[in-house]
Amino acid sequence: MSEHAAPGIFERYFFSTDHKIIAMQYLFTGMGMAMIGGFFAYVFRMQLGFPNQNVPGYGIVTAGKYNALVTMHGSIMIFWVAMPVLIAAFGNFLIPLMVGCDDMAFPRINRLSYQIFLLSALVLLSSFLVKGGPFGGAWTAYPPLSASGAYNLTPVGATLWLVAVALEFVAFLLGGINFIVTTMNSRAPGMKMYDIPLVVWMIVLASVIFMASVGPLIAGAIMLLFDQTMSTGFYDPTRGGDPLLWQHLFWFFGHPEVYVVLLPAMGIVAEVIAVFARKKVFGYKTVLYTTWAVGFLSFVVWAHHQFVAGIDPRMANIFSVTTLLISVPITEMVFLYIATLYGGSIRLDTPMLWALAFIGEFMIGGVTGIFLGSSGTDIYLHDTYFVIAHFHYTFVPIAIIATFAGLTFWYPKMFGHMLNETLGKIHFWGTIVTFNVIFIPLFITGTAGDQRRVYSYAQFAEQARPALQHLRTTSTIALLFMLAFQFIFLFNFIWSFRHGKTAGANPWRSATLEWTVPSPPPHGNFAQLPTVYRGPYEYGLPGYADDFVPQNVPDLAISIAGETD
Amino acid sequence: MSASAKPISNTRSGTGIPTARLITWWVIASEIVIFGGLLASYVMHRIGHPEWAEAASHTNFWAGAFNTLVLLTSSLCAVTAHKAADAHEGARAAKLLRITALGGLVFLCVKAFEWSSDIREGYVISSGGFWSFYYTLAGLHGLHVLAGMIIMLIVAADAAKNRELQRVECIGLYWHFVDIVWIFLFPLLYIAR
Repeated sequence: MSEHAAPGIFERYFFSTDHKIIAMQYLFTGMGMAMIGGFFAYVFRMQLGFPNQNVPGYGIVTAGKYNALVTMHGSIMIFWVAMPVLIAAFGNFLIPLMVGCDDMAFPRINRLSYQIFLLSALVLLSSFLVKGGPFGGAWTAYPPLSASGAYNLTPVGATLWLVAVALEFVAFLLGGINFIVTTMNSRAPGMKMYDIPLVVWMIVLASVIFMASVGPLIAGAIMLLFDQTMSTGFYDPTRGGDPLLWQHLFWFFGHPEVYVVLLPAMGIVAEVIAVFARKKVFGYKTVLYTTWAVGFLSFVVWAHHQFVAGIDPRMANIFSVTTLLISVPITEMVFLYIATLYGGSIRLDTPMLWALAFIGEFMIGGVTGIFLGSSGTDIYLHDTYFVIAHFHYTFVPIAIIATFAGLTFWYPKMFGHMLNETLGKIHFWGTIVTFNVIFIPLFITGTAGDQRRVYSYAQFAEQARPALQHLRTTSTIALLFMLAFQFIFLFNFIWSFRHGKTAGANPWRSATLEWTVPSPPPHGNFAQLPTVYRGPYEYGLPGYADDFVPQNVPDLAISIAGETD
Repeated sequence: MSASAKPISNTRSGTGIPTARLITWWVIASEIVIFGGLLASYVMHRIGHPEWAEAASHTNFWAGAFNTLVLLTSSLCAVTAHKAADAHEGARAAKLLRITALGGLVFLCVKAFEWSSDIREGYVISSGGFWSFYYTLAGLHGLHVLAGMIIMLIVAADAAKNRELQRVECIGLYWHFVDIVWIFLFPLLYIAR
């Protein structure tokens, strides 16, 4: 693997098959899309906080534009930010390094995966240029709204959205299958099933869940595409179709998708807290068993999104039970993480702050989910801002907080330099505080009855509730601060490329294999491919010269404290 | 990396299953859920709409039956190609793969004949629920047949030079999968009344 001719810049950065370069391509594309998605949030929150005024940098938000903005914000943040960063960027960067091999099992399929992903992003962005503008039928794309241009008023944008999402699915199927096969077959000699770091397990299981749940939606997308373009009637009840079919196909994927992005986040947090608490992850196997339970249960909860869609109440009962049931393994996992902290020697560096914040904030998302998973309360809360606040308390911890935990933790490995710790802490506190100030008011307005997708109360005077406007405005102002704090991270991220302290191979004194190679790792990763002798979390060992043992160190080579030679 | 150099990760086999075969099974698994979703949607609709039986009676049973025979025979051919590849007879494997692909071509020609006569009779994709599913299911399957043929000819070109013989088995697995999908489509679209 080491004797290649040095490729040119173009080949190296755009057509590379190196898993680390592909990870960077996914990371930077995802970060670029996050800025677009964040900008949209800014625009529509301004409309909600300061209705019908000129939004600086955008202009007046009309009803149609508002619909397009919320649709694109949701679609981009889930499909073009959370997925590429959490699964593809971390998966690509970490899996070959952590299982101790030189690349993915199929590097060219890996490159194809990114190219299709990039194409999907370009197709989505191109919908901003077509007549009618981008799709405005919500990221869930329910027919008949999504099926007919006469209803959604964005006929071309709707089709482009659908094609973009389908391409994105293909990209992650290719990438995910590569992750699964690489982890199953390409591990270093000696690395047994329970020696695999949790983050790798979680990304692979997420890929399996994604693969098993996305198929029906791909079929559903083909049917919706034909409804839009070839006047079939798959979802048209007047012609023998059924709009509920889409809801089933969409949520059969859509709910497991929550766990597809949650699991990598849980994995990242497990790695970070083990290193910064200097302690073995408490109940490694139990974490895995609960993950499997979550994976299984995630396939039988989808209809809790449809309690008001006219499903049989007896069916709603069953889905309420399964939905409440899935909180058991997730809670178990959180307890195990807290147990890992107990008695550890905790260092509060920036990655650890993010990891701890993930646990706390995600629990708020989980607990409020109980209200929505119970069909009785859901009928009242459905489609209110309570739902918005709830799922942002799950998705922001996943896609923002855990991503920052991972980025600040592996940045030294990716780029060879440390991030600035002071700027990191300012960014952390700025983001966490403002995040809560954005969404706690929305729990209140939602409980009071504020409906989603109302762009201006001028048209819906009976729903206006002027007494709540200060909460809506508070939320918007907090968002402005949160977005402003992200520039600190961006500055830190770029400045530290060159000016950050040189990291060395293992700045966090970590035991997993990626820290045994230079930072950044060279092409081919390992000068000599490693053999694995132990589990991934051998920390806090008393009586040893160092308090941890890397996975690739054989028993005989461990130095005991007090040895003189 | 140049196209010929394989990374070490590609040559390892932690599970004992060759990497090429392992990924083929995962690809097939992902295809099963795609066709599974579409077939389940069709079956649910079909149960809810007994009147679709009338539309279904206009499908050409004999064309479907002949195509079933063609696909099953081509699958047998793919098995013999695998056997030849195992015996390192690349040239023979290539010849058998090309015959298999020919089977795919016959299948698609029959399909083209069938569809044009359906369309001449006025049954197009927007003619009603049954026809929408008929064209979507058979069309998606037909695309898989076409893709399988193209990949098969590429694999055959390598196999003829005794290169990458492990791929003969993989494309065979995929071909059997395409075959089995048809085994579901034939009764559901042509026979069920």
